[in-house]
Amino acid sequence: MSMGTTMNAPSVPLETGNPNMVSIARRQRLQDVVFHRLTQGFSLLVLVALLGIIVSLFVNAWPAFQKFGLRFIWYVEWDIINEEFGAAIAIVGTLASATIALLIAVPLAFGIALFLTETCPTWLRRPLGTAIELLAAVPSIIYGMFGLFVFAPLFADYAQVPMQNVLGGMPLIGFLFGGSTNGFGILAAGIVLAFMVLPFVAAVMRDVFEIVPPILRESAYGLGCTTWEVVRKVVLPYTQKGVIGGVMLGLGRALGETMAVTFVIGNANRMPTSLFSPGTSIASTLANEFGEAADFHISALFALGFLLFVITFIVLGLAKWMLLRAEKAKGL
Amino acid sequence: MNTKRTLLKTIAAAAFASMAMGSALAADITGAGATFPFPVYAKWAEAYKAATGTGLNYQSIGSSGGLKQIRAKTVTFGASDAPVKGEDLDKDGMIQFPAIVGGTVPVLNLEGFKPGELRVTGPVLAEMFLGKITKWNDAKLVALNPGKKLPDANITVVHRADGSGTTFNFTDYLTSVSKDWADSVGKGAAVKWPAASSVGGKGNEGVAANVNRVKGALGYVEYAYVKKNGMNFMQLQNADGKYVSPDDKSFASAAAGADWFSVPGMGVSMVNAKGAESWPISTASFILMYKQPADKVASAEALKFFDWAFKSGKQLASDLDYVPLPDSLTDQIRAKVWSQIQK
Repeated sequence: MSMGTTMNAPSVPLETGNPNMVSIARRQRLQDVVFHRLTQGFSLLVLVALLGIIVSLFVNAWPAFQKFGLRFIWYVEWDIINEEFGAAIAIVGTLASATIALLIAVPLAFGIALFLTETCPTWLRRPLGTAIELLAAVPSIIYGMFGLFVFAPLFADYAQVPMQNVLGGMPLIGFLFGGSTNGFGILAAGIVLAFMVLPFVAAVMRDVFEIVPPILRESAYGLGCTTWEVVRKVVLPYTQKGVIGGVMLGLGRALGETMAVTFVIGNANRMPTSLFSPGTSIASTLANEFGEAADFHISALFALGFLLFVITFIVLGLAKWMLLRAEKAKGL
Repeated sequence: MNTKRTLLKTIAAAAFASMAMGSALAADITGAGATFPFPVYAKWAEAYKAATGTGLNYQSIGSSGGLKQIRAKTVTFGASDAPVKGEDLDKDGMIQFPAIVGGTVPVLNLEGFKPGELRVTGPVLAEMFLGKITKWNDAKLVALNPGKKLPDANITVVHRADGSGTTFNFTDYLTSVSKDWADSVGKGAAVKWPAASSVGGKGNEGVAANVNRVKGALGYVEYAYVKKNGMNFMQLQNADGKYVSPDDKSFASAAAGADWFSVPGMGVSMVNAKGAESWPISTASFILMYKQPADKVASAEALKFFDWAFKSGKQLASDLDYVPLPDSLTDQIRAKVWSQIQK
C-alpha cells in the first residue's frame, strides 16, 4: 500500500507534456501493482496452507475430542485395544526431552558462538564454523542411528549406572535416577536431541554476534572492559532478539523431532517416573502408530498432532511476548 | 575408475531398458499390505517377472494399510497378517486365502546360553511379558530349566513400537495361553504393554537391535530375523506339551494341523496349534481380493501370479525361511476360494 503511494507522487510529470512518459509511468505502475498482488498471493498461500493444516487436523481429531473433551490433554492412558486415549504421557515426554535438550544445548551453543566471534584465532574460524554448519545439515535419522547403536550402549554403562549409584540414593532428587539402566529413556532422548539442536542454535548465535558493529565492541574494549563484560553488556543486549530466536528455532526442532527421538526414547506408553524411564513423545507416537492405525485410533493420533501444533504455537507465542516485554522494559 | 564408470553405465542402461519394457508390457499387478511377507513376495515378483514378463508392484505399508487400500480399490489385492473376519469379508464382497506361513519367536539376550537352550511355557512367557516375572532366575524359570545356572539379571521386555501383524500374532498367542493376559491386555496390532521394564523398537529390525544391545532383554521377532541375526531364542512348550524350536518344520507342522475351512475366510488362528512338532506361534499371511473385481483382467493376472507362486515359488520361500503352503491346501484354495472370483 505505502509502496503504491510513494511511487505515485513523483511518477506523473504531466507538465513535461511528453505523452510517452505518461504511458511508461502508467505501465510501470501496473507492473508494480501486479508484482505487489503476486507476492501478496504467495504470502497468503502460506497462511491458507497453515489454516488448512489446522482445520484438517481438527476435523480428523474431532471424534477423539468429542469423546474425551479437554480431559484428553491430561488423561494418563494410551490403550489402543480398549480405545482409551489421553495425551498426557506423550506431552510430558515431548516437553521433558525438549527441555533437557535445551538445558544442555543452549549453554554449549552460547560458548561456541562466543569463542567463534570473540576469541577464536582467525585461521580456525572458518573450519570450525563450517564444521558446525555441516553438523546442522546432518539428517535426523543419522542422529537416531548414532543414538541407538553408539550412544545408548555407552550411555547405559558409563553414565546411567554411575549416576544411579551416586545420585540414586539422594533425598528429593534420587527418584529421578531410578529405573532400569538400559540406555533408553527421556534423558537419553534429551541428550541426542541436544546434539541435534546444538549446531542450529550455535550457528544462529554466531551469526547474530557477528552483526554487532565493531565500533561498539572496540569502544567497550577501549574503556577497559574484559571479554566477558563486552559480551555481557554490549554483545548480548544488542543481539538479544536473535539469540532468543535461535533458541526458539532449536526448541521448535526439539519439540517436533521424530526419528532421532523414536530410536532412543524407548517408545513406552507409560508415564515416565524418572529420567531413565522409557517414554514417548508426540512425534514419535505418530511416527510409530500411524501406519497400522484404524478408526478411532487415527482420530486420537490426529488429536495428538493437533496438540503438538498448539504446543509449538504457544511456545513461539510466549517467546514473542517475552521479547516484547523485554523491549518495553528497555524502552526501545 | 574406468571399469567403475562402464559398470555404472551398464546399470543405468539396464535400468532404462527395464523401465521401458515395463511400460511397454501389460500393466503390473498391484498389491499392498503386510510387511512380514514382503521379502518373499518381492522374491516371487522378481522371478515371476523373469518368467512371464508381468511385474508385481507390492507396497509393504502394513496390514491395516493394505486393508484400507483394497477397500478403496486402489490395488488388486490386499495383504494382511491378521485375518479379516468372515462377516466383514461378506460385507465387502471379498475372499481371503493364506499365501505363506511363518512364525514369531521369543528372543533373548543372556550370556552363556546357546540358542534354544532355555525353555519356557506359554503361561510363564505371558507372566514375563506381563512384568510379573522380572528376574531371569525367577523360581518358575528355574523350575522349567533344571540344571541351568540362570543369572540374577533383570528382564527388559522389548516390544514393537509400531503396530504390526507380528504383535497381533504374538499377543494372540499370549491371549490363548494366559487368562491374565487375555483379561488385562488382550490381542491387537499394538497393545498396552504392562511390564514396567518394557521398551519399544521400531520394526522387527528395531526389536532385534534392542534385544541384541540390552543385557537381559526379552523380545519377539519374525523367524527370518532370528536366523539372519543369529539371535538367541527360547524353546516353547506347544499344545501337546512338547518343547519345540522354531524352524520351517515346526511351522509346517502347525500349518498342517490347522483346519483351514472351519472358519469363514480361512481365518484360522494357528496359535497353539495341535501336533507334537508344531511351533505354537505360527502364523499365516493372508491375501484379500474382490469376488467381483472392477478390473477383471488385473484380478486374473493376480491369481495367475499366486498360482505360479504356489507351484514354482516354494524353493524361493524356503530359502527365505518362510514355509510354503502344502499342495493339498493350495489345490483346495484354487477349487474353493479362487472359483468365487468372477473372471
